[in-house]
Amino acid sequence: MNNMKIKIRQALGSTFPVLVMLLALSSCNTDETQTVATFDNLVLEDDFNTDGVIDTTIWNFDIGDGTAQGIPGWGNNELQYYTDRPDNATVENGFLLITAKQEDFNGAQYTSARLQTKNKFQQQYGRFEARIRLPYGQGMWPAFWLLGDDSDGSIWPQIGEIDIMENVGDEPTQIFGTVHGPGYSGAESVSKNYTLENTRVDTEFHVYGIEWGPNYINYYIDDVLYNQITPEDIEEETNGQGEWVFNDRPFYIILNVAVGGNLPGPPNAETEFPQTMLVDYVRVYQQ
Amino acid sequence: MKKINNINKVLTLLAVLSVMFACERGLSDDVEFASFPTTGDIYTDAPVGLTDEFFVSFDPAGGANTEGFGTDDNIAFEGTSSIRIDVPAPNDPNGGFIGGIFLDRGTGRDLSGYDALTFWARASTTATVGLFGFGTDFQENKYSVGKLDTQLSTDWRKYTIPIPDASKLIQEKGMFIFSAGTNSTNGFGFTFWIDELRFENLGTVAQPRPQIFSGQDIVQQAFTDTTIEITGLTQTFNIEDGSNVTVEAAPSYFDFESSNIDVAFVNELGQISVIGEGTAIITAQLNGVLAEGSLEITTTGPFQFAPVPTQDPASVVSLFSDAYVDIPVSRYNSFFEPFQNTLGGVLPVANQSIISYTNLNFVGIVFNDVIFPAEAVPPVNATGLTTLHIDINVQEAVQSGDRLLLQLTNYGATETVGSYLINGSELAQDTWASFDIPLSSFSGLSDRSRIGLLLFNSEDGPDNPTISNLFLDNIYFY
Repeated sequence: MNNMKIKIRQALGSTFPVLVMLLALSSCNTDETQTVATFDNLVLEDDFNTDGVIDTTIWNFDIGDGTAQGIPGWGNNELQYYTDRPDNATVENGFLLITAKQEDFNGAQYTSARLQTKNKFQQQYGRFEARIRLPYGQGMWPAFWLLGDDSDGSIWPQIGEIDIMENVGDEPTQIFGTVHGPGYSGAESVSKNYTLENTRVDTEFHVYGIEWGPNYINYYIDDVLYNQITPEDIEEETNGQGEWVFNDRPFYIILNVAVGGNLPGPPNAETEFPQTMLVDYVRVYQQ
Repeated sequence: MKKINNINKVLTLLAVLSVMFACERGLSDDVEFASFPTTGDIYTDAPVGLTDEFFVSFDPAGGANTEGFGTDDNIAFEGTSSIRIDVPAPNDPNGGFIGGIFLDRGTGRDLSGYDALTFWARASTTATVGLFGFGTDFQENKYSVGKLDTQLSTDWRKYTIPIPDASKLIQEKGMFIFSAGTNSTNGFGFTFWIDELRFENLGTVAQPRPQIFSGQDIVQQAFTDTTIEITGLTQTFNIEDGSNVTVEAAPSYFDFESSNIDVAFVNELGQISVIGEGTAIITAQLNGVLAEGSLEITTTGPFQFAPVPTQDPASVVSLFSDAYVDIPVSRYNSFFEPFQNTLGGVLPVANQSIISYTNLNFVGIVFNDVIFPAEAVPPVNATGLTTLHIDINVQEAVQSGDRLLLQLTNYGATETVGSYLINGSELAQDTWASFDIPLSSFSGLSDRSRIGLLLFNSEDGPDNPTISNLFLDNIYFY
């Protein structure tokens, strides 16, 4: 527990002053008086430190190609079949490994894994971050994202979706952060990308995170705040049609590597398999 | 008391200093290498760190055009000037292609801090340039790198040639190489411009995937006292725009390994010396990454050559033999399309050579002026000759039903073909069988004044080849 506190302090000490500075510098979009909440209370941490063990008190596996969930291809014509086999998801050397493989499996050409925390860890607001090294190659679609709790019977996009980090494997220096809600979902979602200079997402670990409070979501990569989304932005981008649904409910975490689908397109002959996403840690803080 | 204090202070200071110095000395001992200029720029608005004589053309005697290279003060991507290259038409009297190197005439440069050669280029028409690269200095060319077939656009675009392993380039003189012809423009000359040519540390050149033997795992027989060259050496990187770029890389970038150095070893030029009997697997690494592709050789001893011919050279017309001077032959493997599957051809073995055919269905030795006009050679007038000699060594188990049909074609006023069938029972695995076949035994060959094709056909009916792998030697008329 002591160790954990030290870690938190280090993380906050190094990151927050920079964020505050950046906020001060980049406060041109919406509100000159926007505030940064200090989410300094660590409430979830998985450092993936036990080889071969995925902590099932935190994580569930989504299995299959989405058909059983009523969304074949997981709603995006994705090509992979998710499994809970160690081939597709395991812990090694302090990292969670999610591996996309090319293999015939239950009618699919590819396998991969998708881990989520539904009903095991859900939270409204806070700082959600993960340190990740991504796979590469045409057709790869890794993501670290949040979905709203749907136990009240609401359905997507009413429940809301916060994509903390997505990447397509043929753009190894770009990531993007996105929100989906009623009036701005799928291809109409509100999104911003960020281009890394002199480095890549598949050769280095980067920290991807959001700070989410009432009426704002701040997106950052490493120590760079690159976007803030507020109800005003949603209103502006949707001509007043979109509804801010991020003050309504707790959200849960998803980590996955999709293969193919509407966004990246299918792998091609040059795509190298297997491809692995390495997650060093996932941490969530609240106020 | 004061003195003591001072002494203490001095001692303390000394101790601190000695710790500091100890640290510093430890470091400086490690980093004291002789170093060369680390300049990355090659051409911006003028050559950088190069003399005015920085361009060295390929040899004009080999067709290189030395007139088409210059700088252009009217066109630039950035600044005021660019390199202008006028690619000549093949029939240009000054030379039918253009190319050469940019040479550092000083001590060479330390490029180990960079990961790619980059430049901006545009062309007067969309055209493919055959070669861009670096590392060629027209001396050892030890670390030469070449990217083949780069398509240029009519607008300025940036091109990236990755360095296979920059740690090797601590004193490099070959700053740039290019070679361009008009293959992609149907023989019409064009112009292209290059600007902002430099080595850069992009930080986005990643995912190395080296290959030897073009990524193939080859298994073959080898013979002691022979040398085999490692071919198909490439390095592939994924670059910033997500595309894969493959370059041909000189052998010296690779670390080769033999699993059994009593059988074979490899030098830094990628030459495998076969020295003993047994099996060895040749693999390679590039900057610590295992290369795709390997060669497994098994050696049972020196090559057993066919018996040395004894015919008087004065009465011999030789198509292929180390014992005689061969007549001009256009092809030792006809590569007839589309039905020929046969691969192989002339194979150097020790200080001689044989013909090796693999995947045989049929194949011809072509020595006429009819089939391939661009490669025309005179056919053989065999009216005064009586016999065809050939040595055949089958490189697989001989099975019943195996056959090899020899056909001679005479290109007279009409084509006539004579055939002679060799049965499998006359052949043996790994053993030379010698044949002296009277030309009169080639049934159907009435006219022998313009013989220009010797065909070997192992098919027993359509698409049913029998013998697939064989060696041939000493093919001559007498």
